[in-house]
Amino acid sequence: MVLQGSMRLAAFDEMLPETSGLRKPYSAYERWLKEQDPARLTEKMQDAERVFRKTGITFAVYGEQEASERLIPFDIVPRIISGQEWRRLTQGIEQRVQALNAFLDDIYHRQEILRAGRLPREIIAANEAFLPEMIGIRPPAGVYTHIIGVDIVRISENEFYVLEDNARTPSGVSYMLENRETMMQLFPELFQQIKVRPVENYPQLLRQSLAAVRPQGVKGAPTIAVLTPGSFNSAYFEHAFLADQMGVQLVEGQDLRVVDGHVAMRTTEGYKQIDVLYRRVDDAFLDPLSFRPDSVLGVPGIMDVYRAGNITIANAPGTGIADDKAIYSYMPEIVEFYTGRKAILGNIPTWRCSEPDSLKYVLEHIHELVVKEVHGSGGYGMLVGPAATKKECQDFAKKLQAKPSNYIAQPTLALSTCPILTEKGLSPRHVDLRPYVLVSDRIQIVPGGLTRVALKEGSLVVNSSQGGGTKDTWVLDD
Amino acid sequence: MLLGRTANGLYWMNRYIERAENMARLVDAGLRMALTRTQSASEEWNSVLLSAGSDVAFTQKYQDYTAANVADFLLRDVSNPSSTMASIETARNNARMVRTALTRETWESINEAWMSLKRMLARPIDERDLPNVLDAIKRETALIRGSFYGTMLRNEIFDFSQIGTYVERADNTARILDVKYYVLLPSISWVGSTLDNYQWESILRSVSAHRSYRWVYDADYKPTNIADYLILNVRMPRSLTFCYRFLMEHLKFLADDYGERHACHATAERTQAMLRAGSIKDIFDAGLHEFLANFIQDNTRLGDEIAQDYKFY
Repeated sequence: MVLQGSMRLAAFDEMLPETSGLRKPYSAYERWLKEQDPARLTEKMQDAERVFRKTGITFAVYGEQEASERLIPFDIVPRIISGQEWRRLTQGIEQRVQALNAFLDDIYHRQEILRAGRLPREIIAANEAFLPEMIGIRPPAGVYTHIIGVDIVRISENEFYVLEDNARTPSGVSYMLENRETMMQLFPELFQQIKVRPVENYPQLLRQSLAAVRPQGVKGAPTIAVLTPGSFNSAYFEHAFLADQMGVQLVEGQDLRVVDGHVAMRTTEGYKQIDVLYRRVDDAFLDPLSFRPDSVLGVPGIMDVYRAGNITIANAPGTGIADDKAIYSYMPEIVEFYTGRKAILGNIPTWRCSEPDSLKYVLEHIHELVVKEVHGSGGYGMLVGPAATKKECQDFAKKLQAKPSNYIAQPTLALSTCPILTEKGLSPRHVDLRPYVLVSDRIQIVPGGLTRVALKEGSLVVNSSQGGGTKDTWVLDD
Repeated sequence: MLLGRTANGLYWMNRYIERAENMARLVDAGLRMALTRTQSASEEWNSVLLSAGSDVAFTQKYQDYTAANVADFLLRDVSNPSSTMASIETARNNARMVRTALTRETWESINEAWMSLKRMLARPIDERDLPNVLDAIKRETALIRGSFYGTMLRNEIFDFSQIGTYVERADNTARILDVKYYVLLPSISWVGSTLDNYQWESILRSVSAHRSYRWVYDADYKPTNIADYLILNVRMPRSLTFCYRFLMEHLKFLADDYGERHACHATAERTQAMLRAGSIKDIFDAGLHEFLANFIQDNTRLGDEIAQDYKFY
């Protein structure tokens, strides 16, 4: 999806904006960069790829049999955020995450926000992401979404927007950690010269955070496990990585069963109780007795154990209602409703195609807009108007008219750019940012996150499944 | 604490690593024989396939027992589940599954072995390249073994891995011995004699023992000595006795750790007792083939019992 010629957007470059020259967060890095021999940098780039392939940091791409294990390309130029910028971001993220959890608690209990008329009832009632099974259940410690990856885009020096709240099972955190590890291996001297805030303790924080939300009845250290769909899942590397780094078991559905009112895993010495399950399996597959009966990835009866308060499931089932794209457009109202303050981090203006006026506007301006499926993810099933042919726009318009409520539309934003290293030297590419948030009795945000970068010149699609890469993300200790 | 599924993965990962190497060794022995013998090489290749337990599947696919066909089938054909490539692939899939139980070095050595063999075995092997390919396979598995021994904590993870290795190895040695004796020994009266036959060397070569044999026995290849070496020698790392000594040791560690003995312990002890009590003369008197057939059966049962006792499934 390359934006051609005149359609190219004038984007804000985070290192070297056209208007003002080198930005301060990059000054120390740029000094270092100038002294580097380009040949050595190219060599380092190849080193990085070797490291990734050797350690098996791969992900699977659905629908590509040949490349069933592919690397996510890694760029060696870091994305740098100043301490001040970060403080502002974290305030906005904390507020948003508080609101998300409060919203989930409300929506599965008294539904005050619907009573107050701030959100249309049908948007909940007709939503597949709303799980009636969760009505009246209060998860241990009252936390619904424990691990969140908030996708943030930047438009200018001072404009940050939330693109998506990933409140179900956000992935990519292992890349944040491995990217840093790789950078420290490749350029140890950089980390001596520049004070970068560490991200390495994320697994410990995650473990502490999960332990803090253990079921009430559990005295002492809880038994924690990571539930994976299995080694053929696209994010299996990450599941194994996190279990390993936390020092907990990596389990599959076939290892688990309900024994005496608890979820237990089959060990070489018999069944052992699990107290906290960090699941990387979707709601629909979690419990064949409650949801999809054909699922072999989950645990029959786990929802009964959950209802009885004998296990913590992170994230809680039904959190998808909070990051649904239809709900997204109401986030400013949601944040204000639960926190009593205006949202610090803005939303991208969004047209809900279910509303006739909006639909009309979207159809008329489809060639300028990004149109997304409400329930889609990973960059699939979306149209980037400015990059699409006339025919593609027309075809998409037909799909849109057939089921308007299935779509939302947003303006094509000029996402900020960051330079990547190419054969011809530095060249700007569009980026976004996914910081990772942990919620227990407190909210913790690791200083950094995953910067995804669209490697094709001009492309706005950063998803790894569609040719995106990653960068190490530095938050400066300044 | 270890998941039953993880124990299962470790067990099979190691069985398949062992198998991948055994295939290369069998082909190596066959190649040597085919090169040094004046008579028909196809007989030798046939016996290689019999030892690998792959003769039936082979004849469904090929007509001629040639080096190229056999090497292709035993080394790179993934439709043959025991081929080196298929074995490495299965070993790696298991390693991926149990990745959290392995050190980074161990995982990387398996992953790298898989990557390099996949590249090397992507196309049919040129006969002139065969020795290099066989060397490379043995080198890769040696690297895996080295990383494993050098970095793994000696706990239950190590025990289940080693148990897999020795169950597979014992099975392999017993099969080679059984097949070769069947083919090679014209009559029981030959047992005590000295045979000037390169074929005997191929048995030793297929368990990488052709040199060490001469350190222990005299230079002549005697059927009784060879059988003694591969069955009863305590120090020969591929002998049945050696395999069971370590199998027993690791099973005992598990029993001590878990504070519980199982059916598999009794089975392994019985086999070990039988190996200890017997002399090679007794074994030949009672019939080598019967002895080995029994052994293979008991060994298979031991594997099944371990899977059951430690809740692999």
